[in-house]
Amino acid sequence: MHELSVCQSILSQLESIAAEHQATSIAIVYLQIGPLSGVEAPLLENAWTIARSGTVADQATLEIEQMPIIIRCSSCGKESEARANKMICGHCGEWRTQLISGDEMLLRSIELDKESSDV
Amino acid sequence: MCDTCGCNITPGNEHLIVNDGKLAKTSSGGEAVEVLQGLLHENDHQAFHNREHFDNHKVLAINLMSSPGSGKTALLEATIDALAGELKIGVVEGDLETENDADRIRAKGVPACQISTGSACHLDAHMVHDALHQLSLDELDILFIENVGNLVCPASFDLGHHRNITLLSVTEGDDKPAKYPVIFRAADLMLLTKTDLLPYLEEFEPARAEQYLRELSNPAEMIPLSAKSGEGLEHWIEWLHHQLDHYRQHLQSGTTLRPALQPDGAAPHQHSHSHSHDHDHHHHS
Repeated sequence: MHELSVCQSILSQLESIAAEHQATSIAIVYLQIGPLSGVEAPLLENAWTIARSGTVADQATLEIEQMPIIIRCSSCGKESEARANKMICGHCGEWRTQLISGDEMLLRSIELDKESSDV
Repeated sequence: MCDTCGCNITPGNEHLIVNDGKLAKTSSGGEAVEVLQGLLHENDHQAFHNREHFDNHKVLAINLMSSPGSGKTALLEATIDALAGELKIGVVEGDLETENDADRIRAKGVPACQISTGSACHLDAHMVHDALHQLSLDELDILFIENVGNLVCPASFDLGHHRNITLLSVTEGDDKPAKYPVIFRAADLMLLTKTDLLPYLEEFEPARAEQYLRELSNPAEMIPLSAKSGEGLEHWIEWLHHQLDHYRQHLQSGTTLRPALQPDGAAPHQHSHSHSHDHDHHHHS
């Protein structure tokens, strides 16, 4: 359960981005989370409501885009969707695969509040 | 880690950058700001500096992860005995409470620093950095960082270490890699511990544990060993020597080692970039 630490890290990044843009509040925070990141989206959402209070993101909602696990086979070269504990090629069964997507833990973008934005 | 050159861009998010510019007005009139930073940006930054610190002192840093009670400290005790007079070891111990593990290591005549995390379920790069001030890195060849016993959270935090090891004790069941894929996927080596108990555990199949590891698309070696009977220890010590040689070769050519997968999972998308980054820093130091 390290979702609270993750929230605190996000908030500290948000503080500096808001300062950079002379904004006093943030409306929406867009994240991308993959199942292989080790971060659980529902837990992150719960932690967010606690962590955000008193910060520049006090009223900000969290929009989480959950990414699929996509792998590319090193044998047949085809791409397939996989599960976290079954990352073998869906076409030929090879276990040596390369991850294309699914490990994201990314602060994608934010939307600053119109009223508070000075830009 | 870099947040300006676009190395965080993956096939999953590149459309965001390819289309509009960095700033765009949203339909509601608010100002949208593209960020594209890892969520653990501050930790990653500290981890980068920890790694630089290790490299300046030529210390190979190894992160040990497992559930509580899988035998991390017993493994370290046996490793210290096996390497006595050969390599100089230091240990950072992470636990919620007590100095017990650090005391066990100190009893072997090896410097140890205990991090009591309070309620935190993992070590992060800042905690490790603080601990480093209490150890004389110049006197060490290998630093083991014994993470908090937990198969979930430690996998997400880069500490600045060079290799990840995940332990699986035979009393835990051979399907642990399938149940906790994130931490076993991050392993550069899987140690199967307490093998002296295998005769009592018919249901545990070492080959099946290895199969579950392969299904995570992880090519890491699996070494079965028992710190108690000494079985397999020779193989493990060989692995350590090999990694240390490999690490020193990297340092000589101005690069460093990183775990095959970064805890934030971003490594596959920025592998070549990370290397050039380390390269630069090494030359400045």
